[in-house]
Amino acid sequence: MILTLQTPRPLSRLPRFLPFSTNASITLNQSQPATCTSPPPPHSQILSTRHSLLSRQFSAADLLRSHLNRLNLTEPHLRSFLHLPDPSDLLAQADSLDRRIAAGEDVGPLAGVLVAVKDNICTADMPSTGGSRILEGYRPPFDATAVKRAKELGAIVVGKTNLDEFGMGSTTEGSAFQVTANPWDLSRVPGGSSGGSAAAVSARQCVVSLGSDTGGSVRQPASFCGVVGLKPTYGRVSRFGLMAYASSLDTIGCFGSSVADAGILLHAISGHDRFDATSSNQIPKFISQDVPNFLSHFVSASSFESKPLKGLRVGLIRETIGDGVDAGVISAIHSAASHFEELGCSVNEVSLPSFSLGLPAYYILASSESSSNLSRYDGIRYGNQVYADELDSLYGSSRANGFGSEVKMRILMGTYALSAGYYDAYYKRAQQVRTIIRNSFTEALNQNDILISPAAPSPAYKIGEKKNDPLAMYAGDIMTVNVNLAGLPALVLPCGFVEGGTAGLPIGLQMIGAAFGEEELLRVGHIFEQTLENCRFVPPIIAEDIAS
Amino acid sequence: MASTIFRSFQVHSFMLYPTSLITRRNGVFRFTTKSSQSQTETQQRQQTKVSQSTQSKKLDKIPKDYEAVIGIETHVQLSTLTKAFCGCPYNYGSHPNSTICPICMGLPGSLPVLNSKVIEFAVKLGLALNCNLALNSKFDRKQYFYPDLPKGYQISQFDVPIATSGFLDVDIPVEFGGGHRRFGITRVHMEEDAGKLLHTEGENYSQVDLNRAGVPLLEIVSEPDMRTGIEAAEYAAEIQRLVRYLGVSNGNMQEGSLRCDVNVSIRPIGQSKFGTKVEIKNLNSFSSVNRAIDYEIARQVQLHREGQEDRIVQETRLWEEGAQKTITMRKKEGLADYRYFPEPDLPAVILSQEYVDDIQSSLPELPEIKRRRYENMGLSMQDVLFLANDNNVADFFDATVAKGADAKLVANWIMSDIAAFMKNEKLTINEIKLTPDELFELIASIKDGVISGKIGKEILFELLSKGGTVKGIIAEKDLVQIVDPAEIEKIVDKVIADNPKQLEQYRSGKTKLQGYFAGQVMKLSKGKANPGLLNKILLEKLNSKS
Repeated sequence: MILTLQTPRPLSRLPRFLPFSTNASITLNQSQPATCTSPPPPHSQILSTRHSLLSRQFSAADLLRSHLNRLNLTEPHLRSFLHLPDPSDLLAQADSLDRRIAAGEDVGPLAGVLVAVKDNICTADMPSTGGSRILEGYRPPFDATAVKRAKELGAIVVGKTNLDEFGMGSTTEGSAFQVTANPWDLSRVPGGSSGGSAAAVSARQCVVSLGSDTGGSVRQPASFCGVVGLKPTYGRVSRFGLMAYASSLDTIGCFGSSVADAGILLHAISGHDRFDATSSNQIPKFISQDVPNFLSHFVSASSFESKPLKGLRVGLIRETIGDGVDAGVISAIHSAASHFEELGCSVNEVSLPSFSLGLPAYYILASSESSSNLSRYDGIRYGNQVYADELDSLYGSSRANGFGSEVKMRILMGTYALSAGYYDAYYKRAQQVRTIIRNSFTEALNQNDILISPAAPSPAYKIGEKKNDPLAMYAGDIMTVNVNLAGLPALVLPCGFVEGGTAGLPIGLQMIGAAFGEEELLRVGHIFEQTLENCRFVPPIIAEDIAS
Repeated sequence: MASTIFRSFQVHSFMLYPTSLITRRNGVFRFTTKSSQSQTETQQRQQTKVSQSTQSKKLDKIPKDYEAVIGIETHVQLSTLTKAFCGCPYNYGSHPNSTICPICMGLPGSLPVLNSKVIEFAVKLGLALNCNLALNSKFDRKQYFYPDLPKGYQISQFDVPIATSGFLDVDIPVEFGGGHRRFGITRVHMEEDAGKLLHTEGENYSQVDLNRAGVPLLEIVSEPDMRTGIEAAEYAAEIQRLVRYLGVSNGNMQEGSLRCDVNVSIRPIGQSKFGTKVEIKNLNSFSSVNRAIDYEIARQVQLHREGQEDRIVQETRLWEEGAQKTITMRKKEGLADYRYFPEPDLPAVILSQEYVDDIQSSLPELPEIKRRRYENMGLSMQDVLFLANDNNVADFFDATVAKGADAKLVANWIMSDIAAFMKNEKLTINEIKLTPDELFELIASIKDGVISGKIGKEILFELLSKGGTVKGIIAEKDLVQIVDPAEIEKIVDKVIADNPKQLEQYRSGKTKLQGYFAGQVMKLSKGKANPGLLNKILLEKLNSKS
């Protein structure tokens, strides 16, 4: 029991724009039972897609056209994508799928599912720039393992999404090419660095998307955009094809509009890869191989018992609900804690004294590794080369011209931290802190089944607000970096609203699990999501634009 | 087996060669630069055994009042089927950028996965060098920018190398004064090779060939235990012998599979503090190791004697084979900061004791042990060094002796006629048609008097070039020695009868003509007459009727 809990403010549960108008995702929902008085809980768009394709309710081409219509309406406002393939290429893929379905062939569990991919994840048939000028126009000769696996299961890649250059940033303003807007309020940032992938799912520009999370780059934008974001355990998903930022922290994560979708996508892309020596041999056991069995894990809300999470021990991290965190965020998290109690959990505050050490340790380690990982962008073999008479000038000019200021700053910081005479004081010390943090999480997770916290200390802020204040921007990562340092899985799902924009701004709840404990996180997240009443996390831009 | 996290892989289903990228101007990466540190990669000089001719110069060059301190860093390119961290093969001399993939090109998003053979080879060499093996080691990144280094860092081992604190035993050849030496080994570590720069005369650009990028290397660092060029050259030759015995590298210096960088300093005898050390590169044969060091010692002693020891600075010097001297390549060594840190893309290298023990028990007989064994067989040190120099020759020798042949006789055959044949025909002992079985047969046939030694040599050349068996050749060419006295007597009688004039001269005192008669008998018997019997019978006949 938490004695300090405040009475939940009604605003934290109720968005102001109810009800919203019909759109494709709602149409797909017709097969599911919905209560009349309150909006239905989010459903799996992947399962709906499969259902409508196999029942011949819609063709893949129908679904794709509906998607392209919405994309044409929303993309000029959002600018989520750095690259969109020729629609005729996508239609050809959809037609091919339709022919296979008509012929009665087996299609993969992701057949016809429209996936957006963050642009720092390599795709062979589309440019992959990492949001950087230095790789402008670069086309990799191979698909990242995660992309390859999703494609093999039938997914259709609908485009490459915007990001802060090489994943370094928390607003997507650090992209060398464009700024992406938050679908809930176009004057606000979508978060970052996977802002494009989060905005695309939020505005239903795709069904699910891939992002990368080094210090919170999936979870914070999920929170800002009101979608589900899943950062898997380090090693769960192959990093092969992910442009390295900080190798020991980087993970590929998933966005979806429901926990089920994030889970199904994770299942598709996870598992050992012989091209990534740090990928785990552990067989993904959290979801079984095929979609029918998946359904048994993600039962519908109507079949829950009265206390479906009875006995679950939930630890609320005390350090995440104190100074520097918006009152509205704290309130939403307390409401979420109450909701957990209603579901039968015991909720207790836990203290992680090392929590505040995470931020400096993270920025030292991430900068150090990035200074090394970005050495390969030297203008010799690929990317932009600036002609020079001397080798050093060629390097200097190519890199000065190709990298943005945030990337340069982190390379400089990392180079400094690894230099002779400073290594022990910075890099080595940060590694020691990392060990302390990992141990404190292990201990807290021995006493609790999951830990909860906000995903970010504030809701989405205004574009430009923190652009010239890197320290303020770094401070916003406080909720998430510790999880990367500990290598643990975390699920962010929208749990409430605060005032802002035209319809309120979503707040994300972060649930942290034990290493390779994604199954439990997804189970708990699904029940939480399905039982959260009066909350529909569909941004106004869809309703408004489609209505107009 | 190793309870490790590394894996070897050989086939890449997806490894499409990214031709769109590598055809950046005519199939090779190019960049325009006037590089100050241009390294020529084209030295194709003859690798020789430490040659005897250099020795005379050395002796009078080594000053009595100074002592040289020499340490060697050796890079051994491992002969694994694939590179250290990807599935590409490496074949020396193949077309530029023909054996590369996204991983060894360092494309964005690519990751290294360790080839487990690299560990196996490192453990083999570490054990053979009598080192302590680190059961728990790791890889680090050594960071610097150079166009032949695709990732901007080299994957290497920094503070925890896989093997440390060993030693290497060397026998100095008799012609260089002989004796046994033990040189300390500081460390052995694993790392990857870089690509190559290709410079075209008169052009303002350089080209990059990444075929060699990512090829596994073992770097062996010696203690500063050597004192002369010969000792250093013999150390390097022993390393070559060792890697060839172990089968971990072809040890070919011309192809760069074995590269030596030496550090040389001098100090007055009796002084314990080391002098300023100078590094010498571009040593492409054992004899250049020897000559470069002796030149450098002489240069430093000269400066010291002239009171100009402050002109001996820490620098890298290049051995100029043409001018037979060392020249400054770059100064201010020791200031480079490589910003080493643990490689986060590779798990720690964890070996089990069983894995190490298994490799230990599978090691072949090493050169040092072999030399001691041959010595105990009563062979001379010259024989010992020759036979143990090449493990294939040693195996041939051992196989012949194992059949029961006399060791000294076998050694003589191998070192004289067989070695000469191999040298002339440029063949290795595995390529000649002679087998140990037939060499044994040959030696036995001579010993048993079936054939004469002279016939034996003829048969040997037949066996070397065409093969076959001793018995077969003897039968085919009717070469069996005539040991029947009656038959020899017949021939002797005929020769005497045919040469009445010479017989008369002989009997009148010109006894030297006995040789003439013997030659005629041998000729008539087609060389098959047993020489002992021939002479005995001939003498009797020549003298009996006088």
